[in-house]
Amino acid sequence: MTTSNRSGGAVWVIAEQIDCRLLSVSTQLIGQARKLADELHTSVGAVLLGNDIKNRSQELIAAGADRVFLGNAPELAFYHPEIYTDIIVNLAQAHKPEIILIGSTATGRELAPLVAARLKTGLTAHCIDLVLDENRNLEQRIPAYGGLLSIICPRRRPQMATVAKGVFAAPEPDETRCGEIVEIDAPNRGSDRIEILEIVREEPEGVPLESAAIVVAGGAGAGDLEGWKQIADLAKSLNAALGSTRPAVDEGWTELATMIGQSGKMVSPRLYIGVGLSGEQQHLVGVVDAKVMVAINSDDKSPVFDQVDYGIVDDCRAFVPVLIQKIKAYQEKKVTC
Amino acid sequence: MLNIVVCVKAVPDPKEACNIKIDPVTKTLLRCDVPMVVNPLDKNALEVALQLKEKTGVHITVLSMGPPEAGNIVKECLALGADRGVLLSDPAFGGADTFATAFTLASGIEKTGPFDVVLCGMASSDGSTEWVGPQISTFLNIPVVTMVKEIVASDQNAWKVKAAIDDGYRLMQVRLPAVFTVTREVNTPRALSFSGIIKARKKEIEQWGLGDLGVSPDAVGLKGSPTIVSELSASESRREVEFIGGTREEKADLLLNKLIGTGLL
Repeated sequence: MTTSNRSGGAVWVIAEQIDCRLLSVSTQLIGQARKLADELHTSVGAVLLGNDIKNRSQELIAAGADRVFLGNAPELAFYHPEIYTDIIVNLAQAHKPEIILIGSTATGRELAPLVAARLKTGLTAHCIDLVLDENRNLEQRIPAYGGLLSIICPRRRPQMATVAKGVFAAPEPDETRCGEIVEIDAPNRGSDRIEILEIVREEPEGVPLESAAIVVAGGAGAGDLEGWKQIADLAKSLNAALGSTRPAVDEGWTELATMIGQSGKMVSPRLYIGVGLSGEQQHLVGVVDAKVMVAINSDDKSPVFDQVDYGIVDDCRAFVPVLIQKIKAYQEKKVTC
Repeated sequence: MLNIVVCVKAVPDPKEACNIKIDPVTKTLLRCDVPMVVNPLDKNALEVALQLKEKTGVHITVLSMGPPEAGNIVKECLALGADRGVLLSDPAFGGADTFATAFTLASGIEKTGPFDVVLCGMASSDGSTEWVGPQISTFLNIPVVTMVKEIVASDQNAWKVKAAIDDGYRLMQVRLPAVFTVTREVNTPRALSFSGIIKARKKEIEQWGLGDLGVSPDAVGLKGSPTIVSELSASESRREVEFIGGTREEKADLLLNKLIGTGLL
């Protein structure tokens, strides 16, 4: 097998902007792309589409991109599935990148499978690590069944993966780095199949999960909506952000936006309290570098207890109200002291 | 009348999925007889079609790919009110990644006849990839909108939908035929009724294999999948747990002390 240097395609990141600001996941991915590209002796490319975003190219270069493909036009201001897909597919067919990384944002999760299917290649969802294996294939790691799956795409190119915000650290920007900006033409045709009538932004409620010092996360063990409300009250009593697992979202107790994990949000609180959840990897990979972790679960054999510092074996529906009482009593005492 | 195809997947019951483990020695999956159920979000997709059927009259085909046992979840969808059930089942379909799965489902959708709308759950509870809906749209060369949380208007030629984005939504007008993937917010799925179960008994599930779809064996299953699992590794636990014992009151007091110890309260 030949492993010729410098002949391979580049490592690309599909960067994303909202209101002309680069998303942090995009620069985080550039940082990881830089590491992979250095190992592969190739370059880092970024694709950035939007309007009035010319200055953002330099931010991508400072983060480690060698080349920015910039589509800067009014009709590209907002993500449009068909127009964005067409542009990226055409670029990839012309330049043949080895790897394409995309942020697991709402739009990235729609765009990535469309691009991958058009390029007839593989796509791995919500990776928590990306390394090169001994054959210089991209090893894309995802959590599953209490362990890790490594996925490769050995026969087709590019190799594609989505990654959530916070999986990789943001690189230190180097303002002195130089790179090439390649302006790409706006599409000469729009889409007559999908018309975007309106984009509405809504302010999220409560303490934001990603920046919270304390996260209380609830799972199926809440039992019902009433049990869930107790967990939400526990979060409130600690001024914590409320997180959830997929079963809790599927039950309809909470919004998708509260889901922590591989296909949800990444959190790095100082204190994490998991209530009525079994500690599935798909959830717990979303809890990064928590200083102290606590689990409350009625099953003393629950795998969650392998992943925490303190364990309470009890029915959360009975235990949580008692704990809330104690917390409130402590806080009142603290105020009066 | 609109023809709607709802794609459903049989998944391990999410409430018991934590019982599936990787054997640290053999690195194979230990399934421990976790029952298979309809993927929760696919029930929301079916509910969209069922509510339209009550309102305007639509024809609903439920389509699934899986082993013969997955016929049970197709049957359940018939009992909920779908008109026709099709199961794509063939050993050749096994080991498919999302690309090959979407190709196979798209081939099945084409074989069902003329269609206007394809509905899928936004993600499956076991794979959580979200790729199948969009990739079906690519193979059918029709538009897709993912994460639909509200159907605002649904006429014969176009649907107007609200689809979730990070911190908000987009309002879109989509020409049919099209694929929509739905979130839980779109509706509340109905429960099975006794009369539905009785009626479904008379309905037959059509089962189609590789030959029925007329596609190359190289395009489906493991052979048609660009991605492969190269390794399965059990994760080692990173923390040593200290169990807090005593009565409920004592446990709460002791835990509170630990929480105070973090300096965060």
